[in-house]
Amino acid sequence: MEFIMVFMSAALVNNFVLTRSLGICPFIGVSKRMDTSIGMSVAVTVVMVVSSVITHLLYNFVLVPLGVTFLYIVVFVLVIACLVQFVEMHLKKYSPPLYKSLGIFLPLITTNCAVLAVVLLNVELFYDSLALAVTHAFGAAAGFALALVLFTGIRERLEYADIPKPFRGLPIAMITAGLMSIAFWGFTGL
Amino acid sequence: MSLIKAVKRFKKGVLDENPIFSQAVALCPVLAVTTSITNGIGLGLATLAVLTASCLVVCALRRFIPTQVRIPCFIVISATFTTIVRLLMEAFLPSLNEALGIFIPLIVANCIVLARMESFAAKQPPVMVLFDSAGMGLGFTGALAIIGVVREILGLGTMFGITVMPEAFPRATIMIMPAGGFFALGFIIAGLSAFKKRRA
Repeated sequence: MEFIMVFMSAALVNNFVLTRSLGICPFIGVSKRMDTSIGMSVAVTVVMVVSSVITHLLYNFVLVPLGVTFLYIVVFVLVIACLVQFVEMHLKKYSPPLYKSLGIFLPLITTNCAVLAVVLLNVELFYDSLALAVTHAFGAAAGFALALVLFTGIRERLEYADIPKPFRGLPIAMITAGLMSIAFWGFTGL
Repeated sequence: MSLIKAVKRFKKGVLDENPIFSQAVALCPVLAVTTSITNGIGLGLATLAVLTASCLVVCALRRFIPTQVRIPCFIVISATFTTIVRLLMEAFLPSLNEALGIFIPLIVANCIVLARMESFAAKQPPVMVLFDSAGMGLGFTGALAIIGVVREILGLGTMFGITVMPEAFPRATIMIMPAGGFFALGFIIAGLSAFKKRRA
């Protein structure tokens, strides 16, 4: 039960993009075409879940025993940066087609604040349970994917809409995201 | 001569190449913390400190950082200064630190910091780097303050927590919700682009 609560809370109630305002750059940047947004969602899911596991173990079995928990920002950022590199190298060698379709989005994940936010929140909320931390990461990734795919669908249609000139591009995207955010606000009572 | 160039660089960062309104980068903290002016300015100044300090260190070490591993080096430098700022804020400004929450550690994932280190600090002399990062940091702070003013007045009718609007002024609570951030930024950018077109 607790796992379902954590998952739903991360995916819907506290949606990373629309409620916590995290990961806006990829949200705006790769939402012009459906296939790229699905690719980005998959890559973010992998990095979020694996980095949650690694940072959880590092925090509890290295940083805490050594009494240097204040170094967590440096450690976590390096873990994510290395992980993104490894995922990239692995995909390049073992799955070239997937690597090709994700190619340019992989390095971008390093500066995706949603990934860093997941591991930082894990330390704050679920430092004592690896299973809950991983569930939280899965929920956050699902929420990110849901918001990104829905938003891409809307933006593909906006291409054909007659929008006043100053609002074309980023402004109308922001207002669309705002309306989606109101819709997600409806999950608050869940 | 070089001072004139440096001042021009500073102006560019604040106005022409404003990180938020012109380049539209680093939007996450902008949307999340601008529910009040104080929070906006607080995060802006924290980012300014991290940006300036890490750009100067990158500039000083540019001859010693191998090109192939420069990104991890940059990240460690900015993460170090982010840690310092976070510890200082925890000690001296605990209430602001509480309000900004994870957005203080997230300064390290701020695209402006990495972009200025990569595209400017690693190539230019220290004086220019100082003016460039100060300009970009202040441009960022200014943008956060403007959005904060809009959202706080429309949402709560206050400025810096002091009531400025009459009782009869309707408070649009939506403006201090996450959705309000998207709306405020969308309308401000649209307004600026309409203004630029009219002047051109």
